Formats: sequence, structure tokens, C-alpha cells
Amino acid sequence: MSRADSAAHRGRAGITPASAQLWSLLGLGLALATVAPIAWMFVTTFKSGADVFSLGAPHHLTLSNLVYVFTQVDFLRFLFNTFIVSSAVTVVAIVLHSMAGYALARLRFPGREIIFLAMFSTFLVSLPVIIVPLFLVVKTLGLLDSYGGLIIPSVFNAFGIFLLRQFYLGVPRELEEAAIMDGAGYWQIYRSIILPLSRPILSSLAILFFLANWNAFLWPLTVTNSKSLWVVQVAIVSFQGQYSGSWNYVIAASSVVTVPTILLFLLFQRNIIESIKTSGLK
Amino acid sequence: MTRSAEGSTEVAAGPPRRRRVTSQRRREQIAGALFVLPDLLGLLVFAGLPMMLAVVLGFFAVDGFGGYRFVGLANYRRMLHDALFLQSLRVTLLYVVLLVPSLYLSGFALALLVQRRSVLSGLLRTLFFLPQMISLVVVAIIWQVLLVDKIGLVSRLSALLGVHNLSWLGDPRLALYAVVFISVWFLMGFYMLIFLGGLQDIPREYYDAARMDGASAWASLRYITLPLLKPTSFFVLLVSTVAAVAGGQAFDLIYVMTKGGPANATALAIYYIYQQAFQYNEFGYGCAMATVLVVILMALTLLLFAFTRGGRFEQG
Repeated sequence: MSRADSAAHRGRAGITPASAQLWSLLGLGLALATVAPIAWMFVTTFKSGADVFSLGAPHHLTLSNLVYVFTQVDFLRFLFNTFIVSSAVTVVAIVLHSMAGYALARLRFPGREIIFLAMFSTFLVSLPVIIVPLFLVVKTLGLLDSYGGLIIPSVFNAFGIFLLRQFYLGVPRELEEAAIMDGAGYWQIYRSIILPLSRPILSSLAILFFLANWNAFLWPLTVTNSKSLWVVQVAIVSFQGQYSGSWNYVIAASSVVTVPTILLFLLFQRNIIESIKTSGLK
Repeated sequence: MTRSAEGSTEVAAGPPRRRRVTSQRRREQIAGALFVLPDLLGLLVFAGLPMMLAVVLGFFAVDGFGGYRFVGLANYRRMLHDALFLQSLRVTLLYVVLLVPSLYLSGFALALLVQRRSVLSGLLRTLFFLPQMISLVVVAIIWQVLLVDKIGLVSRLSALLGVHNLSWLGDPRLALYAVVFISVWFLMGFYMLIFLGGLQDIPREYYDAARMDGASAWASLRYITLPLLKPTSFFVLLVSTVAAVAGGQAFDLIYVMTKGGPANATALAIYYIYQQAFQYNEFGYGCAMATVLVVILMALTLLLFAFTRGGRFEQG
């Protein structure tokens, strides 16, 4: 493949092996420094409260912080809430965005270009800017402090639609046309041709959506009130207020929340990295 | 658009066939509309409507209990005399000025560092990108503990280097720099990947030709990489500017670490707006301030377009 080939050669233009090694060393040092704070968090999870600020390895390792998080606080409930909300948003978003992306790329219907532009323009609107009116809309719909309020507004996001439309623009038409000739309906085409065809990109997007919602804070903070609806991020911030000084518990809870995201990343890093790399332009 | 279903590809264009084509066309239109409808409605209600409401409600006094009262330009006049709001705009501007170039440079430098296809580069990419996977709440907590005065790890390490008693999150002169640093730490892996995507689209032949002409690595960078990366650069500047003015990352960090303090040194506009709306029930005022922020964001975006001539479009 010419792409792999060219990548292998490129960075070396005019660089001698010795300086290449120096750069590698520098890169490794920087990368380790970058992840050091994360490693510190995991180590500190097993330190006693008195040891949180000690340099280096802990005097003795303890599981008491983790035990505390899972027994003294309803952390499982918060993890459950987060899991339900993130999964629901991801599944609904994948279905709706692939339908919309397919229609916008392939089906001709009146107003298609305008609808696409209108959807695209919401790309530039970030949550902090519309949080006040969005809160009022959700309140009017009676969705405050409910799973619906956590899930529904988080589904609609132009990024996924845009990426999928780009993908479907590049899919060859022949398959669909044969199906149309055979008298297949569009729902059938979507279900049996388009969805299977887009499995790779859909799984990448699903991971990104899940991670984004697992890590979301501002919207859950705003829309929920009852403790029974808290997601983990909101719970951690409230611990921080409640146990100020007892950093060991807050750090342990942070580690618990972070482990699933890092595992997902390590398992699917190829998909994640590729889909972000290609999202840049085009 | 490129498809020529009607007539041209049809072999027999008799009357029955024509009817079939028209009904086929009709079915396609209905299917298209139905497929788009759920997302279209959702975006209208949860993005479009709030955008419009922000503008409209800016002319109202809205309390938290559903009372709406038209007040004309009162919210906007109030902003002019609201020292904290003006301060929050200054903080936002400083955050943009510090964050956008830092992200550009760090993302680009990291991309150059890891662009070779080797096992080590792959590992470095993973490590540099890792902070992106962590929630900003956790990021804020990690750094808050690391930056604790005197006994925090950062203070101790800097004491070893002879720098004593810096209070990174407690000193109004330093706090915003700390927030910028943490934002860069969190975001740089994302921009590294965007630059990496751009670098991979540059044909290798250009570099080979330059090397044969005896060009130095620096010359290749200056005359091949940078010009051909213009579209990517433009995208990075645009996205990072939007993130700096209105991004959720800054809100989460500030909410958890500083609550806008010390002495409002880290009270970005988005944070101040949130505070006014949800702590003091000033929903109308919050909407008016958000509208002003969006106008500022649009102005910055237009400036960016003007300065770069749209970046990518210049070449097309």
C-alpha cells in the first residue's frame, strides 16, 4: 500500500539515524510524562488517606478506599445509571443517525440540501452556549430530573449524522439499485444492505458516543436533581464537596470511573484513532 | 443527483414503465423524508429551538418559576454595567489567546513526532491520546490534588527545582495559566490526530523530490508540509477557537477546580452565564449573555476566515 509506504519514509527526510534516536527518546519521555498523572491516580487509589501526598510508592497498599466507595456510598447505583444512559443514547443515536445519514447521502427528496445545511449549522453550537434555553425546553417538556431528560437531548448531535453521510456518499450504488430493481422497499434496503455495510463505522461511532456520554458532566448536572438519578461524574463532584480533605475516596472513585473508558480505548483504539483522524476534513 | 434513473437507463419507456418510475420516485421521496424526520425533529427541538430561544428570551426577564416578562433591551444594558460579565469576557479572551496557539503548536509538534509508522510511534500516539479518554471531572480532580499548595506533587517537584510556594490554583495571576495547561494536556492528543490525518494526505513524492534537491528537513517542513497543511491548520484553528470560547472542557474544569476563582480569575463567560442562570435564576439575563457570546464567537470565526481566506478554499 502506497500510504503505509509513504508514511514509513516521510518523517525521515534529511534526518540522520542518531538524531532519529534522540527524537524517539524525547518522544518517549514526553509521552510518559503525559500519562504520569493518570498513573499517579491509579497508584493513589491504593494509598491510605495519610499517604495521598507522599512521594513515590505507598508504604502499604490498601483496598480500603475502593471498599469504602462501593459500600459506604451508592456508587453501583451511579455506575448503573451512567451505563443505562450511555447505552441508550448510543443505541438510539446510531439507529437515527444512520437512517438520516443514508437518506441525506442517497435518497432524493425535496429540501434535502437545506435540511442538511440546517443540521450542519447546529455543529457550531456547543452545549454551554445553549444550556439555559435547552434547560427551559426540557423543563417545558416535563423531562427534568428523569431518565428521559438525561437521554433524549443527548441523542441529537450533528457530528454523527455528518460523518455517516460522508461515509454513505462513498458507498457504491450498485447494491441498492439491484435491490430496487428486485422491488425491495427502502426500509428493507437500509436494514439488509446499508446497516451491514456500515458496521465498522457504526461500531467506531458507537464507541465514541458511549465514551462521550459516560464522561458527560454538564448536562447531567443540570437536568438531574434526585440522587437516585445521578451519573458517576456528578456523584464524584458531590463527593469532592462532601469529603473535602479525604482525597483518597475521591481519587478511588475517579479510578473506578476511568477504568472502563481506558479499557474500551485500549480494545478499540484503532477504530477510535482512525475515525477521529478522518473526521478532520473532507 | 448523479443518478439517471428516469428514462435514460430504462430500456422500454412505454406508459406502464413510466408510471412505475414515477411511483418509484415518490416512494424514494417518502422514504427519504421519513428517514430524516426523527433526527430533524430532535435537532430542531433540542438544538435549533434553544438557539432561537436564547435570542428571544434575551429580551425577557425569566425567573425560575415560569414567569416571563418582556423587558426590551434591559438585559443588554445591564451587561454593559456588569463588571463581572465584562471581566468574564476578558478572561475568555485571554483563555482563547493562550489556548488556541498552544493547541496548534502542541498538536502539530506531537504529530511530527509520531508520524513515522513504527511500533514506538504507535505507542506514543496511544499515550499522548490517553488523557482524552478520561472524563474532565476526573481530569480536574487529578490536577487539583497534584496542584495542592505545598504538599501537592507539583509543588514538591517544583520545590526541588528551587521554585517555592507557588499556589497554582490559589493565585489569581496563575490560576488561568494552570487551567490552560490542563486544557492543553487534555486536548493535545485530539489535535495531534487531526494533524496526523493531514500529514498522511501529503504525497511522499514531494518529500523525495525535495531531498534529491538537497533540501534540509527544515526546508521541507517550511515549503512542503506547512503550505499543504493549510486546510488542516484552518480546521484546527476553527475547532480550537470554538472550544476555547464555548467548549464544555473549560466549564467542567472550572466547575470542579476553581468555581471561577480566585478573585474571578478563571470565571470564563460560559461559567458566569451558568452561574447567573442556575444559581440566581436569571434565565433571561443568561440567554442575553449567551447570545452576546455567540455573536463574539461568530465574529472570531469570520476573522479567522478572513485571515486565512478560508484556509482550504484558497487552493480549490
